Amino acid sequence: MEPKSARTPKVNSIGLAHADYKGRPSTLCQGCGHNSIANQIIQVAYELSIRPQEMLKLSGIGCSSKSPAYFLGQSFGFNSLHGRMPSLATGALMANHHMHAIGVSGDGDTASIGMGQFKHMLRRNIHMVYIVENNGVYGLTKGQFSATADEGQRLKYAGVNRFPPIDICMEAILSGCGFVARSFSGDAGQVRELLKAALSHRGTAVLDIISPCVAFNNDDTSTKSYSYGKEHEVPLHAIDFVPKAEEIQIEAYEPGEMRVVEMHDGSLIQLRKLEADYDPTDRMGAMHRLQWAQEQQEFITGLVYYDPDRQSLAEESNLVDAPLASLTEEKIRPSAEALDSIMAGLM
Amino acid sequence: MVSGVAERVTEAAGLQTRQDGEAVNDFSIVVATANGTGSQTSNMTILRSLFKMGIPVNGKNIFPSNIQGLPTWYQIRASKDGYVARRHTSEILVAFNPVTVNEDVANLPPGGMCLYNSDWRSMPQRDDVTFYGVPVNEFVRDTGMKGKLKDYISNMVYVGALAQLLDIPLNQLEEALSFLFKGKQKVVESNMAVVRAAHAWTAENITKVDPFRVEPMDATDGLIMMTGNEAAALGAVFGGVTVASWYPITPSTSLIDSLNGYLPQLRRDPETGEATYAVIQAEDELSAIGMLIGAGFAGARAMTATSGPGISLMSEFAGLGYFAEVPAVIWDIQRVGPSTGMPTRTGQGDILFTYYLGHGDTKNVILLPSSLKECFEFGYKAFDLADTLQTPVFVLSDLDLGMNNWMSEPFEYPTEPIKRGKVLTAEEVAEKGFARYKDIDGDGIPYRTLPGNENPLAAYFARGTGHNENAVYSERPEDWESNMKRLVRKFDTARHLVPGPAIDEAQDAPFGIIAFGTTAPAIEEARERLAEAGVETSFMRLRALPTNGEIADFIRRHPHSYVVELNRDGQLHTILQSELPELATRLISLAHLDGMPLTARWIVEAIAAHEQQMAQSSAGE
Repeated sequence: MEPKSARTPKVNSIGLAHADYKGRPSTLCQGCGHNSIANQIIQVAYELSIRPQEMLKLSGIGCSSKSPAYFLGQSFGFNSLHGRMPSLATGALMANHHMHAIGVSGDGDTASIGMGQFKHMLRRNIHMVYIVENNGVYGLTKGQFSATADEGQRLKYAGVNRFPPIDICMEAILSGCGFVARSFSGDAGQVRELLKAALSHRGTAVLDIISPCVAFNNDDTSTKSYSYGKEHEVPLHAIDFVPKAEEIQIEAYEPGEMRVVEMHDGSLIQLRKLEADYDPTDRMGAMHRLQWAQEQQEFITGLVYYDPDRQSLAEESNLVDAPLASLTEEKIRPSAEALDSIMAGLM
Repeated sequence: MVSGVAERVTEAAGLQTRQDGEAVNDFSIVVATANGTGSQTSNMTILRSLFKMGIPVNGKNIFPSNIQGLPTWYQIRASKDGYVARRHTSEILVAFNPVTVNEDVANLPPGGMCLYNSDWRSMPQRDDVTFYGVPVNEFVRDTGMKGKLKDYISNMVYVGALAQLLDIPLNQLEEALSFLFKGKQKVVESNMAVVRAAHAWTAENITKVDPFRVEPMDATDGLIMMTGNEAAALGAVFGGVTVASWYPITPSTSLIDSLNGYLPQLRRDPETGEATYAVIQAEDELSAIGMLIGAGFAGARAMTATSGPGISLMSEFAGLGYFAEVPAVIWDIQRVGPSTGMPTRTGQGDILFTYYLGHGDTKNVILLPSSLKECFEFGYKAFDLADTLQTPVFVLSDLDLGMNNWMSEPFEYPTEPIKRGKVLTAEEVAEKGFARYKDIDGDGIPYRTLPGNENPLAAYFARGTGHNENAVYSERPEDWESNMKRLVRKFDTARHLVPGPAIDEAQDAPFGIIAFGTTAPAIEEARERLAEAGVETSFMRLRALPTNGEIADFIRRHPHSYVVELNRDGQLHTILQSELPELATRLISLAHLDGMPLTARWIVEAIAAHEQQMAQSSAGE
C-alpha cells in the first residue's frame, strides 16, 4: 500500500483535479448565495471535464459580477462594465467562436442598467451560459431595491417597493431565448443539472437563480430569502442531464411521467415530471405558467422553456473554422493585385 | 518688419475678392435641388465627366438631415490649378429648386450664370447675371415617365443643358453614366435620351453669352476618385479587420456600408465561401464599442465607425479599453455638435473630448487623416497601433472627407507586415512567465495573452477595477499609482509610434500655420494667395495625437503660429497649449464653425485681421 502522502488526487477524464477548477478565495459575505453558485460551477466543470483553456468567464458590475474570480482560475475572464457584459461577450465570442463562456450577472446588472443589452444578446443568440444571481437588492451600495424586488416588499434601507417586479425568465422568453431556467442557490443539485444542460445549449442559456443576499434581503418575509426559498420552491420537474457520451439509463416510470429532451449536441435532458402537463417546449405555456406564478407569488424552478433549434450568432455568420482572432496575415490581408484592381476600377 | 507682413497679408485678402479673370476650367457650380429627387446621380455625372476630361475637381454635398423634400445643394469646383477646397461663391447656379431660388440667385457673384426651369411662373431678376431658361417639363413629358422617375429624369435635363453650355462632350457624359450605373445599358440609355434632348434643345435655342467653359486637360491622369469613408473601409479590409460592430449614424454609415461592400469580395475563403470577418449591427453605440472591447480582448482586429453623439455614448467603454488595455479602432466621422447638432454638416469639434474620453485620468491616441490616402493608410495602421499599444485608437475624420468625392493618387499597398504587438504564445509563457500588466521592456507596454492560449498560466482576469501587475484586484495605493504611471509611460511611447506631423516650412516665415484634417486644402490655397502677395508661410499638419518634439520644435521656430480648425473654441489650440505650456503664448487660435468646409478666403482674412491687430498694437507701444 502506498503511503498516504503519495496518493494521487482524484482526477477527471482530462486529468484535472477538483482543485484545478477553483478560483481565488471569495470576498463576498459568508453565506452569500453567489458563493454556492460558484461552487456548483467548479463542480460541474470538474464533472464534465471542461478544459479551462476553452472557457471564458465574463461579468458586469456588482456582487455577482465579482464571483468569476472565485472559480476556474485557469480560465480567461473579463469583469467588464455595469450592464454591458452581453456586448463584451458578443465581441469576444465572435473573435473566438471556439470558446465556451459563462457570464455571471445580477438582477441590477441585468434587469436595470443592462436590460437593453440582455435582450439584444438573446435576440442574437450568443453561445454562452448567462447566469443571473438574483437577490432583489443592490448589495454593494447597501440595500436599494432592484427591479426584480416584489411589489409592496419592505426593506430597512429602501422602505416599501412601489413597483411591480421584472421577471427575468419572461423577458428572456420574449426576446427569443431558447434555454430559460429558474433555480435556487439553496438547491445545489438542481443548479448543477441545469448548469450542465445549459453548457450544452447552442445559444444563450439563461439561468435565473434566486441567490439570497444574507446582508440586505434575507428576511423571512422576502421571497428572495433562504427560508422562503426552502419552504416555497415548487420544482416543475426533477431534472437530470446526460452528456452525449454516456449511455442512457432510463428508469422505469409510469407513462407520461418522464420527458426526455434531446439537445443539439446529442446530450439529453431527462425531466421527471412532478407537475403534470408542464411542457417546457411550449412557449405560450411557459409564459402562461410564469405569469401565473408571478401572480400567486409562487416560486417555480426548473427548465422553464427549451428550444434547441435556433442557430447561434457564430453559427449563422458563416465564419471560417479557425477563430477570427487566430487568422494570419495571408488570410486577413488581401493581395497587392486585389488592391491594384480596385484602384483601376476607381479611375 | 511686422507691419510689412500685415500690409502684404491684407493685400492678399483684398486680392481674393476681385472677380476671377479666367473662366476656363476655373469656376464653381452649385446645383440647387430638393432632397430625394435623384439629383445625386446627375451631379456625379457632371463631376465624373469633368474628372475624366482631366480637369481637377471636387464635389461637396451640402445636404439636409431629411429623406425627401428639403433643399439640398451640390457644389462642384473645377480648378485648373488643382485647388479642391470649397470656395466662398459659385459662379454657376443650376436653379432647380423653386423653394430656394431667390436666395440662390442672390448668392451669385456679379457676372454669374444661372440655368433654371423656364416652366416656373416667376424668377428673381438680376441685371449682372446671365439667365438661361430650359423647359424641363417638356422633356420629361416626352419620355412618358411617371412618378418618382419623372423627378430623376428632370434632373438629367440640367446635365444635358449644362454640358452644352460648358462644352462637356456627350460621350464623356455617357461614359460617366455607364460608370455610375455599372454598365447597365438600359438605364444609361434612358438617362442619355433626356441628356441628348436637353443638349440639342440648348444648342438650338440658347445663345451663350457667359464666359464659362471647360477644355480637356491631363491633370487627372492615373488618379482615382472616391469618398473618404470608402477609402477608410478599404484600408480596414487591408488592415485585417476581423470584427466590426456599429450603430447607424450620419455621416459614418457609409463607411460600414462600404466595408459590407468590400469584405464579401475580398475576405471570404475562395474555396468554402466562409468569412474571415464578422460585421454586427449593434442596438446602440454602447453595445457597438462593447463588442469591440470584447473582440479586442479575445484577439480580433476590431473596429467601429460613429460620429459625435456615438462618441459621447462610447466614453464608458473607452475608459475601460484604456484602463484594461484592450486594442480597438474607433472611426469618428465628425459632424457638427453639441448634442444632435447638424447631422449632415461638417466640423472638427470632437478632438478635445475624444483625446480625454473617459472619466478619471484618461488619454487616447488619435489619428487625424486629411486625405483619401491617409484614410486608407490609417485604415490599416490604426489596427497596428491599437495592437502595438494595447489601447483604443480613435481616427477623427469628418463629413467633408468621409462623404464627399475626392481625387487621389492610387493607394499604395502596405509595405510592412501586420503588427500584432506583444502577444505571448503558450511556449513563450512557459519560458518567460507572464504578468499581464508588468512593464518588462520599460516602454510601458506590457505583454498579453489571448483566450485559447493552452498554457494554464496564460489566463488572467481583465477588469476595469484597480489591479496589480498580475491583473488581480487591488486597492493598494502603490499598485494604483505605479499602474497609472506606467500608462503615462505607454502614452509617451505612443508619441513616437504615431505618424508625425507633415511639415512644409518656408525660410524665415513670419508665422506658421497649424491644422489637422480637412482644413488642409483651404490652407494650402490660402498659403498660395499669401505667397502671391509676398508672404511665404510654414505649415504643419498634425497627423496624430499625442504630440511629440517635432511639433514643439516647429512652434519654437516661428514667432507665432495660427492654429486653424473647424470648431468654436479652438480645441486643438487648447490641447497644444496644455501639452506645451512653455509655448502657449506663441499659439493663436483661428477657429470657425458654421457647418461648412473652410475656405481659403476665410483663412486669409482671419490672418490679415490678426496681423493688422498685432501691427497696430506694436506700433502703439
